[in-house]
Amino acid sequence: MLSMHTLLIIALAPLAGAALAGLLGRQIGRVGAHSVATLSVAVSCVLSFWVFYQLVWGGAHSFNENLYTWFQVGSFSAHVGFLVDRLTALMMVVVTFISLMVHIYTIGYMADDPGYQRFFSYIALFTFSMLMLVMSNNFMQLFFGWEAVGLVSYLLIGFWYKRPTAIYANLKAFLVNRVGDMGFVLGIAAVVYFLGTLDYAQAFQRAPELVGRTIQILPGHAWSAATLISLLLFAGAMGKSAQVPLHVWLPDSMEGPTPISALIHAATMVTAGVFMVARMSPLFELSSTALSFVLVIGATTALFLGLVSIVQHDIKRVIAYSTLSQLGYMVAALGASAYAAGIFHLMTHAFFKSLLFLGAGSVIIAMHHEQDMRHMGGLRKYMPITYITMWVGSLALSGIPPFAGFYSKDSIIEAVSNAHLWGSGYAYWSVLLGVFVTATYTFRMMYLTFHGKERFRVDPHAVKGDEHASHEPGVLAHPPHESSWVVTLPLILLAIPSLLIGAVAIKPLLFGGFFGSSIYVLPAHNVLAEMAGHFQDWESFTLHAFVSAPFWVAMAGIAVTSYVYLVKPSLAGRIAKGLGPLYRVLCNKFYFDELYFALFAKGGVRLGRGLWKAGDSTLIDGAMVNGSVSLVARLARFFRVLQSGYVYHYAFAMILGLILLLAGFVFTGHA
Amino acid sequence: MSHWPLLSLLIWVPIAGAIPVLFAGQNRPSTARWLTLLISLVTFILSLALLFGYNYNSGAMQFVESHAWLPAIHSRYGLGVDGISIALIILTSFTNVLVVVGAWEVIRDKVHQYMAAMLVLTGLMIGIFAATDALLFYVFFEAMLIPMFIIIGVWGGPRRIYATIKFFLFTMFGSIFMLLALIFLYLKTGNFSIAAMQHVPLTMTEQTWIFFSFLIAFAVKVPMVPVHTWLPDAHVEAPTGGSVVLAAVMLKIGGYGFIRFALPITPDAADHFAWLVITLSLIAIIYIGYVALVQEDMKKLVAYSSVAHMGFVTLGLFIVFILIRDGSVDMAKLGIQGSMVQMISHGFISGAMFTSIGVMYDRMHTRMIKDYGGLANVMPWFALFMVFFGLANAGLPGTSGFVGEFMVIIASFHASPWIGLAAAFTLVIGAGYTLWLIKRVVWGEVRSPEVAAMKDISAREIFVLASFALLVLWLGFWPEPLVHLIHAPITELVHTLGHSKL
Repeated sequence: MLSMHTLLIIALAPLAGAALAGLLGRQIGRVGAHSVATLSVAVSCVLSFWVFYQLVWGGAHSFNENLYTWFQVGSFSAHVGFLVDRLTALMMVVVTFISLMVHIYTIGYMADDPGYQRFFSYIALFTFSMLMLVMSNNFMQLFFGWEAVGLVSYLLIGFWYKRPTAIYANLKAFLVNRVGDMGFVLGIAAVVYFLGTLDYAQAFQRAPELVGRTIQILPGHAWSAATLISLLLFAGAMGKSAQVPLHVWLPDSMEGPTPISALIHAATMVTAGVFMVARMSPLFELSSTALSFVLVIGATTALFLGLVSIVQHDIKRVIAYSTLSQLGYMVAALGASAYAAGIFHLMTHAFFKSLLFLGAGSVIIAMHHEQDMRHMGGLRKYMPITYITMWVGSLALSGIPPFAGFYSKDSIIEAVSNAHLWGSGYAYWSVLLGVFVTATYTFRMMYLTFHGKERFRVDPHAVKGDEHASHEPGVLAHPPHESSWVVTLPLILLAIPSLLIGAVAIKPLLFGGFFGSSIYVLPAHNVLAEMAGHFQDWESFTLHAFVSAPFWVAMAGIAVTSYVYLVKPSLAGRIAKGLGPLYRVLCNKFYFDELYFALFAKGGVRLGRGLWKAGDSTLIDGAMVNGSVSLVARLARFFRVLQSGYVYHYAFAMILGLILLLAGFVFTGHA
Repeated sequence: MSHWPLLSLLIWVPIAGAIPVLFAGQNRPSTARWLTLLISLVTFILSLALLFGYNYNSGAMQFVESHAWLPAIHSRYGLGVDGISIALIILTSFTNVLVVVGAWEVIRDKVHQYMAAMLVLTGLMIGIFAATDALLFYVFFEAMLIPMFIIIGVWGGPRRIYATIKFFLFTMFGSIFMLLALIFLYLKTGNFSIAAMQHVPLTMTEQTWIFFSFLIAFAVKVPMVPVHTWLPDAHVEAPTGGSVVLAAVMLKIGGYGFIRFALPITPDAADHFAWLVITLSLIAIIYIGYVALVQEDMKKLVAYSSVAHMGFVTLGLFIVFILIRDGSVDMAKLGIQGSMVQMISHGFISGAMFTSIGVMYDRMHTRMIKDYGGLANVMPWFALFMVFFGLANAGLPGTSGFVGEFMVIIASFHASPWIGLAAAFTLVIGAGYTLWLIKRVVWGEVRSPEVAAMKDISAREIFVLASFALLVLWLGFWPEPLVHLIHAPITELVHTLGHSKL
């Protein structure tokens, strides 16, 4: 049985680790800090596996209890509490396991960094926040976790706070997320408005009441309550899971150290939106409009941001755009009501994408913090473990059977093809073409990094003095070598699920009713049930791949890329030139950054300055405040003239007054 | 405790305590400091005693004292508190302790006078929150200006005379109208009891005149757009302690005035003109947010941010009328709860923000954002606090800044999705101006040799900032104690507002 104590330990152990490593960092030293943080996350991880085991095989029931009352106003209340069912347990396992891998990896990766203790404090704090998010049993706490992971993301993107680019990127990330969160908060307010509660269980129980309820947003336009709630909540997911058009922060978040790119900006935090929508399935199911919107946004993100990945030179940015595209796949699955497939891809992606990021980090260390693939090449003979494990991740990403990504991505594409919603045709072609794109950028990255000719040279005299001072690109002081075991061990441990988890999990997760009542799907939307009809086992699913479109599309991508980068390397440049305008659009990421910067950043400051000058300075202080002061002064000057102090002035005024008075009486005839 | 005139003690201990502090004289600053700290601590502990004798389930005034004061006009020395007053009194006495500690080494000139002024100010502000007689309230309300005037005028910056006069004139301008309204109500009821004023029936015309008189008086204090421009000037010129008290406590008097006077005395007029106050509140949140974004002076930025945050206070109070009309009584309570929580929270956060700016000013003698940059390199502990309070100011959940905004946004959405949308915009713009400030001041490379020479915060400064931080966290993680403290009077108030006086 699950108990509150166990769950509290799972959630709070990383918080304690974070506090110790952060506040007492100087006292306990580097080893103390990484030990306490890693250990605390290990405790969470082991207990999470135990919870998972209990729920899946141990016969334990879902846990749903409040810990304490956050506030109580009349009959409306907010609580802090945990809901742990199989959906939560799966997330807990994924989050704590990857977090643990990243902790171990960080011991090697950040070894030379002066902010070592601070870094461990942050990533442990992140684990706490993420656990609060996935374990919540109510909307308020969900939002707490939601913002807390955003905070840690902010701190970690700006971890190297001296870099202007890093502190620009973290501000941007926070603000773009806040745009989504604005919708999210309003979504929560709408839930309270229509359902009268912040508690999941109560809200979902009352969800059927939403059918037929509307709200007047504009006079004469009635909006379906379910659509409004779902779209507002989804706005939050678009921010956190970086969907078009709120995706712009994620590529820049690569300014943070690589371990957090793996943990936060690939495996866990950015998938919070996917988790949230799956959790809210009883609400989203009520609105086909919202589901169509989700589907189209997801599919658009999957295809178009994948395209951007093809033209990137920075190895981390290739993976970052790939993450955007894969998040798009997950979101598209949600839109098709294949929530389980979305969560399935979330899980497989968490393993293979964190593997790819950590692998890229390993390459970056070997290359002395060089991230530009144009200065790499031929690295396979220097770092075999990184090379092999990254191939595992790449094949999984490209959806090649029997690697994990194949099962989840193929299920999504099939689910989307079965969807009947408005926009599902467009979505299907997008996610299908996305496969070609995925294979292309993934293989391009692997070829440029590990294969072909070495595009760097080793010159022992190239770097003098400061080891990491700016040096000529492509010149290394000593040859690259394989990273230490703390770096390669997590790579190996992540490569195993990247290879196996798909085949193992597809049957129970998608067709075995694994999620039970955690996920609710209307019978009319149930695309996975349709697919279950002809699903037998993972072997036949794998064999089926060879007669289905996605596999051959991927093969086409691989063939083209292999030809271009292995056979005729000169071709790449010529293609780029040939496709001039398109290439430029991709290089400029569809000009989103330029547009937003001009419109919101510059526009906001200009608007502020305008309002300040026109409103506060000119109108209020100028006209009203100082204006009335000068009016008083002018009146005073006028009246001062009257008080001249000369007797004859006063006598004259008296006579004048008397005459006027008398004249008045005479002319009006009153005595 | 019940035999003790606890409220009188809370008012007069600091005021009477100012006398020996003054006698400590110019030459014994250390005596003056310690004596002030002692008196402040006694006051703070006395204010906490209120929590123990308080009956949480009664919305009525408690710890009541009543003595004849001006029998000729039936004005009494009447004191009494409910949960709302207690929360604000504790905020006042607590802030005072931190201000005294904060000024320890910072104020070097005429220490005894500064400390005495702070003590008098504290006593008078407690008097405002404890008075049950309108004339007594008015006396405290006006008298409080004098020590503040002195604090800004003597220890303030170069343009302090302009700032003090602007501050004084704005406030006086508002309170004249309030005095007229009070006199009118006195003529109606025959005495100055606030409770009697709340119960006296008034026609719509009478209510309208009285409502606008109160609105002008309290809108200046809050301050609401468009009568807010005194605040940035006052903050910029005030010494750190003055700014802290101004932001943390004095602005709350406006919100308190709405709760105690404007809403219950003129419920129908307030209902009728709720749209006006709601509009002004939303303008405060959005327009002032944009204005805050472009400030170059840190104090001005935080001052504008205060105006925006206080917009939530007035918003929460006035959406109540829409909600009562719709029959959503719980949401109406949530709106008032939200605005009260926002007031207390803003007390902590703005107090901490101004203290932080004071910490920087003491080292660099400039408040301009462009003179700073990269403080995280030289002052890591300070950076920790500054970032923390910045995030609290941006309403991050887990800090007190979130609670009130969350409550008010939920209640607003109930009133109208459009009001909710406008209020929720604070999530973006509030984060925008605060984190941009943090980016330019805390992060980045060390900007100049002067910044490089800055020393990290001392134990005394850590004490002040950590005290604020703990309360911000406590309220963020567990607001229920505060919500419970004020629930009974809020229930009462919502009940009152549901009944027309016509």
